[in-house]
Amino acid sequence: MAEHELRRTVLNETERKAGGKMVDFHGWELPMEFTGIVKEHEAVRKSAGIFDVSHMGQVFVTGPDAFNLLQHLNANDLKKATPGKGVYSHLINEKGGLVDDIIAFCLSMDRYLVVVNAATADKDFAWIKKHSEHMSVTVENKSDEYSILAVQGPNVPLMMETFAPEALPLPRFGIVEKDIHGRHCFISRTGYTGEDGFEITCPNDIAVQLWNEMLELGKPYNIIPCGLGARDTLRLEAGYLLYGQDVDDDHSTYEANYGWVVCLDKGDFIGRNILAEQKANGVKRKLTGIVLSERGIPRQGCRIFHEGKEVGTFNSATYSPTLKKGIGMGYVTPPLKPGTLVEVEIRGRRVKGEVVRTPFHKGGAFSKVLYTGKDK
Amino acid sequence: MKPEELKYAKSHEWIKLGDEAVVGVSDYAQHEMGDVVFVELPKVGQKAEKEKQCAVVESVKSAFDILSPVSGTITAVNEAVAADPALLNQSPLDEGWLFKIKPENPADAETLLTWEQYQVFIKQA
Repeated sequence: MAEHELRRTVLNETERKAGGKMVDFHGWELPMEFTGIVKEHEAVRKSAGIFDVSHMGQVFVTGPDAFNLLQHLNANDLKKATPGKGVYSHLINEKGGLVDDIIAFCLSMDRYLVVVNAATADKDFAWIKKHSEHMSVTVENKSDEYSILAVQGPNVPLMMETFAPEALPLPRFGIVEKDIHGRHCFISRTGYTGEDGFEITCPNDIAVQLWNEMLELGKPYNIIPCGLGARDTLRLEAGYLLYGQDVDDDHSTYEANYGWVVCLDKGDFIGRNILAEQKANGVKRKLTGIVLSERGIPRQGCRIFHEGKEVGTFNSATYSPTLKKGIGMGYVTPPLKPGTLVEVEIRGRRVKGEVVRTPFHKGGAFSKVLYTGKDK
Repeated sequence: MKPEELKYAKSHEWIKLGDEAVVGVSDYAQHEMGDVVFVELPKVGQKAEKEKQCAVVESVKSAFDILSPVSGTITAVNEAVAADPALLNQSPLDEGWLFKIKPENPADAETLLTWEQYQVFIKQA
């Protein structure tokens, strides 16, 4: 069978040696798990885990119009991203759908780092580039030059105490630039797990060294390498979206129940009129969190029923290692309120569940008080 | 149970043959599945058909059909593994057994693999 060549991160060999079970993830060969999804999931919830998320992309936007360009493309207000801070946002198309969900970090007033999804990196770059014409701004796709190590879990700030003390005072979504091993890196207090933690964006040539260093540094804090499996259960418990599965060009921010991302009063931006209309009139379908009250594991595609009538299907669903229950998110038409009893069809069997507000599990990332260092 | 004393199906179930045969999932298969978090067992008294689905094992990532290695009547199921599915990972050949079955056709066992044959089979997989 002629297989298409899978892309590999620079950590590929390191991960194989560490026992990573490699899988094809949207054209990238990445580890599904190392020591077991549940164990890795629990490590991140209780101590620490490290993920290779180097497949994600980096688009740098620089120049006097950098802010104006990003403000024009994003639903969220880029004013919230002052230098040293990032903002989670949605790039919106003319139909109100999502081009991608991203984090835009303001490095300085005329320099932004936009972290984009792997599968959409080229599309996003083309989209941003296209709208940058006639603007005084440079857009560069540097996705192939950088790796990202996501170090996540309640113990991670303690690890940073010696490694990068300048990262400790960072608020959620804060970012600091730091030279590590003579190479220019970015450390942000971000993640996709719902726990406190940091993502280190580094040039590819020091990624393996940093990975090993983090594992060594994290030893007293029970760090373990984690794969895509745990990443997915963690992000779903945290209610985070997976682009291409939960949202895409045809689903809007309001439909995804992420209305807090939209700042209609910030001025015009692409898709604003559609989003304003949805805000005023409501949406017909809404991404809805459901927890099963009976045994069973829901999967993507499982049908959702309310009072005997099919009202939607799951876009993402799994076993929640924290709740020890089946959980899922799917578009439900018309939207149902939290507390509503529903049924989910699993292999022909109807299993009872309840509509809930996401996140399913509120981890440390949702905490108002983050660890900023030992009392001085 | 000793793995050498069991027979294996190509769909990775093991069976301890006898008047009341015991069926479970091979160590190789439980390792490939990853963390098992849900087990759906047949009902006692139910008929099972050789190579037809009669139980389901689910890991975090996916669901796996468990096929009965022989035709017969289910005589017992392991409630312990249903209550604590991780037993299937921890002890696939002992505490993690799935069901017992009274085989109805001795010829069913003929197509099953010996331990040595199964070892060769999984190396090719």
